[in-house]
Amino acid sequence: MHELYTWVFEPGFFTSGPVRTALVIGGLTAVVSAVAGVFTVLRGQSFAGHSLGDVSAAGGSGALLIGLTPLTGFIGLGVLGAGAMDLIGIQRVRGRDLATGIVLGAAIGLTALFLYLDTSASATTGAAQQILFGSIFTITSTLPVIITFSALALGAIALIWRPLLLATVSSDIAAARGVPVRLVGLAYMLALAVAVGLSSLTVGAILSTALLIGPAATSLHLTTRMGRAMVLACLTGVAATWAGILLAYDSYYWGSAHQGLPVSFFIVAVIFAAYLLTALPARRAAARPPETAAPVTDATGDQIAA
Amino acid sequence: MTEHAPASAPATDVLDVAGVSVSLSGRQILDDVSFAVGAGQFTGLIGPNGAGKTTLLRVILGLQRASAGTVALAGQPRSRRDSSVGYVPQKVLLDPDMPMRARDLVALGADGHRFGVPIRSRARRDAVAQMLHAVDADRFADARVGLLSGGEQQRVLIAQALISQPKLLLLDEPLANLDIRSGQEIVSLLARIAAEQQVAVLLSAHEMNPLLPVMDRVVYLAGGRAASGPADQVIRADVLSSLYGYHVDVLHVHGRVLVVAGPGAGQDADLAAAPAGETG
Repeated sequence: MHELYTWVFEPGFFTSGPVRTALVIGGLTAVVSAVAGVFTVLRGQSFAGHSLGDVSAAGGSGALLIGLTPLTGFIGLGVLGAGAMDLIGIQRVRGRDLATGIVLGAAIGLTALFLYLDTSASATTGAAQQILFGSIFTITSTLPVIITFSALALGAIALIWRPLLLATVSSDIAAARGVPVRLVGLAYMLALAVAVGLSSLTVGAILSTALLIGPAATSLHLTTRMGRAMVLACLTGVAATWAGILLAYDSYYWGSAHQGLPVSFFIVAVIFAAYLLTALPARRAAARPPETAAPVTDATGDQIAA
Repeated sequence: MTEHAPASAPATDVLDVAGVSVSLSGRQILDDVSFAVGAGQFTGLIGPNGAGKTTLLRVILGLQRASAGTVALAGQPRSRRDSSVGYVPQKVLLDPDMPMRARDLVALGADGHRFGVPIRSRARRDAVAQMLHAVDADRFADARVGLLSGGEQQRVLIAQALISQPKLLLLDEPLANLDIRSGQEIVSLLARIAAEQQVAVLLSAHEMNPLLPVMDRVVYLAGGRAASGPADQVIRADVLSSLYGYHVDVLHVHGRVLVVAGPGAGQDADLAAAPAGETG
């Protein structure tokens, strides 16, 4: 039993300071990403979410260059990018892809420049790895800062929950009910930018998409309720993050070379596996006709189409 | 409340559209459109594709600014936030992935415009169940909305629009993507609701025949102009010819009404303004 325990949790896992910090921050950012992610998937804005990751990359690499913490850059430029996409026309479905693509291209170009300058300034290649693929064991931002941003993003989404959902179902119905559809959409994009910025810290700007979309898409396979989808997405995201941290920690002991493998890889691998596991049964369930109780003859006597 | 309306005063119309004109990027979409809808009346907004039906509904909803004219609801100029109008738009694409049951969508109709997360309550649950029952949607109340058939989705959307207890229900081409039988069911459902709940229904359609048995009044829209009144006074060759600007015939065939372009009108007539009613 003890052997199994030490096989799963290699020595020092729970006593290591960086590991504990990683578990707390990783879990928190996974929750924020999952909550934002469910709306992202439902609104069909996965591409915008990914694009904000690239904007974050530019912000993070730029922040390093001028001596700020990466998180400042991730969130700062992400929020500006979200505003820019809204201005260019993300509120119109047709304009969305265009606006997103333009912002994404500009962001990757900036990232290339900033990372080059970062590398030549500090003569290390660590910057690229840290910005693009995360550095969960060496987070430079303090916990209170991260908690504040998490609370901001979660609070904003909770505030606009109902009008955002109504606008997602039909922006026409929402507008007719007096919902300020564009303002609600912008508020959501800003919350999304913060969520992406936070997950850029843990899994990296490029991989933030995985933490945003994966748990949400997995949860949508499993339930027909919005609230439950949120809870399941959070559980999936946190579980994947913690499992990834554990696997990365253990990986140091796997070979004789004693080289720990990147956390981001393990987190994304677990998310991907969870998605595949839920996709198959969901596909089968969708092929089944909707569940009905004992046959009921209703007033109009019509027939349900599947 | 009661001292506001003396018993002797005539009943105020639920909707009063007066002289509404709309131009979009230099094109005149609506030209001096006027009509009224009384309480509990079933009105068909009929016209060919491109006649301006959707634009007119959007003006009534306050989603589109009119370049001239006024819209009054229950005698008052319409304000931005007005829950006295229920709305079922033309194309609501309900994503099969949306984690939402029929009853969740109806609940969103009740409080979706409010900030915050949904708060469960017995009253809210009962109101939703009652509304689902009113549109014969009990059977699929717990099914994912995105997986329902077109007719079933239409019922849920109607319940969603009615739960805020509007005095006026606007539906934009609700029969467009339904087979004939589902269409008839929706029409008789709406007629029943209009009578039972005293909700005025204004429904747009390019095909009037399914509506003829239930319509109290017709607003016929062609070339941006409108004629309104009881069906037998509006669906006439002389009235419609003056709307279209060229001669059209109104044919009665086996209880169905067909509006067809008269001789010589075909070549000159704008395709977008081709008369409605000859198909289906």
